[in-house]
Amino acid sequence: MHISAEELKKNAQLILSEIKDKSLSNKERTAIPLQEMPAQDPKIRINNMEEVAQGYSREQALVESRRCLQCASAPCVEGCPVQINIPGFIKAIEEENFEKSIGVIKEASLLPSICGRVCPQESQCQEKCTVGKIFKDPNKSVSIGRLERFVADWEASEAKRSIPEIKPSTGKKVAVIGSGPAGITAAADIAKEGHEVVVFEAFHKPGGVMIYGIPEFRLPKKIVEDEIETLKKMNVTIKQNFLVGRSRTLKDLLEKDGFSAVFIGTGAGLPKFMGIEGENLVGVFSANEYLTRSNLMKAYKKDTAATPIYPSKKVMVFGGGNVAMDAARTAIRLGAEEVSIVYRRTEAEMPARIEEVAHAKEEGIKFRLLENASKIIGDEKGRVKAVELVTFELGEPDASGRRRPVQVKGSEHVVEADTVIVAIGNESNPLIKQTTQELEVNKYGNIIVDENCKTSMDRVYAGGDIVLGAATVILAMGEGRKAAAAINKLL
Amino acid sequence: MNRIILKKQLSDDVFMMKIAAPHIAEERKPGQFVILQLDTDFGERIPLTIADADAEEGSVTIIYQAVGNTTHRLSKLNEGDRIQNLLGPLGQPTHIEKFGSVVCVGGGIGVAPLHPIAKALKQAGNHVTVIIGARNKDLIILEEEMKTIADELIICTDDGSKGRKDLVTAPLKELCEKNPKPNLAVAIGPPIMMKFAALTTKPYGVHTVVSLNTIMVDGTGMCGGCRVTVGGQTKFVCVDGPEFDGHLVDFDNMMLRLGSYKAKEEEDHHKCHLDLQIEQLQKNS
Ligand SMILES: Cc1cc2nc3c(=O)[nH]c(=O)nc-3n(C[C@H](O)[C@H](O)[C@H](O)COP(=O)(O)OP(=O)(O)OC[C@H]3O[C@@H](n4cnc5c(N)ncnc54)[C@H](O)[C@@H]3O)c2cc1C
Ligand code: FES
Repeated sequence: MHISAEELKKNAQLILSEIKDKSLSNKERTAIPLQEMPAQDPKIRINNMEEVAQGYSREQALVESRRCLQCASAPCVEGCPVQINIPGFIKAIEEENFEKSIGVIKEASLLPSICGRVCPQESQCQEKCTVGKIFKDPNKSVSIGRLERFVADWEASEAKRSIPEIKPSTGKKVAVIGSGPAGITAAADIAKEGHEVVVFEAFHKPGGVMIYGIPEFRLPKKIVEDEIETLKKMNVTIKQNFLVGRSRTLKDLLEKDGFSAVFIGTGAGLPKFMGIEGENLVGVFSANEYLTRSNLMKAYKKDTAATPIYPSKKVMVFGGGNVAMDAARTAIRLGAEEVSIVYRRTEAEMPARIEEVAHAKEEGIKFRLLENASKIIGDEKGRVKAVELVTFELGEPDASGRRRPVQVKGSEHVVEADTVIVAIGNESNPLIKQTTQELEVNKYGNIIVDENCKTSMDRVYAGGDIVLGAATVILAMGEGRKAAAAINKLL
Repeated sequence: MNRIILKKQLSDDVFMMKIAAPHIAEERKPGQFVILQLDTDFGERIPLTIADADAEEGSVTIIYQAVGNTTHRLSKLNEGDRIQNLLGPLGQPTHIEKFGSVVCVGGGIGVAPLHPIAKALKQAGNHVTVIIGARNKDLIILEEEMKTIADELIICTDDGSKGRKDLVTAPLKELCEKNPKPNLAVAIGPPIMMKFAALTTKPYGVHTVVSLNTIMVDGTGMCGGCRVTVGGQTKFVCVDGPEFDGHLVDFDNMMLRLGSYKAKEEEDHHKCHLDLQIEQLQKNS
């Protein structure tokens, strides 16, 4: 049943009136009910692109903050890739000192309004949370991500955002390639030291996957644009429409254009396909293409946008990560009648955030688990008309400990579909490597770096998905930070 | 940046524009292209081959036919106007060396991307024969420019209004039958022309390079929207191409893929034509 935001707020108000001025024992704290995230009604939201999760009300945040036990050992901090002082910022919420709270977060994280929305908390901080352990259910942990988002949004709405202090100019220039979370973070940290920073971005809009991949209904573009604005106010120059490797080579930046150091944060932009028959039929898309058309090119605004998007009725999305969820949920919003996610393992193995899987189900997305495509079938016009699927069962655990899916013999069956979206991951875009011989990469094309994010080339650093393979926003941010620190030290 | 410094109408719906883009002018090589977008928020990104460039002046030249939404709008811009976004140069440059004798086949608007390649091949010391094909004499572009490069220039029109009344494949076949046959053919034009040019040269074993103009979004290898089947393998035109071995390209699949958004394109085209008609009526009244 869908519970409205007003109701959730009212409930929280009631609880708060009882516990607000009390000093609470741990037992009383764990007895406080977990605060659900207010969300748009699924029936309504499948017809719009607006953000699904609406964010805690002040009352809910105050209640949820009181579920935190303020453990001295703070296991949650260990689970955080950038070691935010989590009990610290939650304590400040409890004290209703939101300004202090956001300050605590910002000591470690540059992009809380984004990470609060898209981090896979259930496998990071919230996995380690003592409250979750008590209930033996990580879904009952303190909602750290929701609280983080709450204070970040509070800061934005109060227009409290300040521009970080910039040291006097050093006269040195640093190039940052790519404007995703890794690039944004590196640029900010390097600019703070007084170095001149130029960010080169291939697309016409900066923001990386946060702009072209993750949909509006999950991460409003305004939030990413605000981060970019802050960067510009810090005197960072952003050069859009500039593809390093083609518009200019990496070596030219160092040797001809006077940059003292370069940070590569170009992401994992090379879509994997399944390598099966029929994959080049009309109606088969990489999730990257489908999502870019909708998000960056705004094809969902069918009357204003010049970029078309394929009109679909029956859509099949292959994959089980956030990308697959985003593509499926986009397709349903664009008017598809039936959208299925096809995944060859079970739900437990799905790498997507739990919240996204839940939201997708609420929106009527079908899940076909333990199945995969063996062939895509086209009509006489070369358009997709059906997909041949095969069934899997879970076999012995593989090296990673996950039970390996094994194909069931003779299980081929044909299912009607007019659109296929492939969301089985991304590899590294080879462009910079191809045009920079000295740069060492591993067999997956990921740039090899040392513990300071330094590459095999002097003065050249790298971080984010181009080093880690397709990973997360928070890890990209963490690496941007690390590389910036090393670059600042070098200069 | 990206200001239009010269605009010329080459035929009914074919336009030439010189755009100030010093960076691209400096780096570009024959065979490469740009991606252009007229409006940052709602415009679409379309690939256009760089027909010429002047590094000293800092300009690139594009030649396009006003057929779709964006090219129609582009044709309405004038000297002094700015193009909001221009990315390039993209794609692999043409492989230029001294092959011996080369035949360059250009169909319709395809003569534009062919021109810098023919020029570079000539400069590399090749004997260059150019075949230009068009529906009628009014649709022939860059004839003068090609004349200054080509050792031999053959013009074909569908209706015989200029040169031979033939498809480009006819003179191409004759050249392949000669002794010695050409060492290389380069064919650029509508997909159907490239398909038949490649089929023509294949029995003679004349290596044939074609330049593909597929639907693109990013032009950096990120989306796979531009993919084609070449020799049974999937290739991305924007990063692996735009040039491929014409004998290996699956043109039928490529043509089907080009029609992915036909319905919307037809609607847009219709709208554009209505606009033009209204304009015409307003002018007349
Ligand atoms: C659909 C989708 C959903 C996701 N959902 C989540 C989620 O919920 N939570 C989460 O934590 N993570 C999520 N991720 C992953 C996350 O977005 C990435 O891990 C993160 O953005 C990587 O950051 P980055 O800075 O390394 O690269 P990117 O964000 O990929 O940015 C790289 C930028 O570099 C530019 N670029 C590339 N090559 C060049 C070049 N040669 N010259 C100039 N510019 C160049 C690109 O255009 C791009 O803008 C998702 C990814 C996708 C695709
Ligand atoms: S246009 Fe996107 S990969 Fe080529």
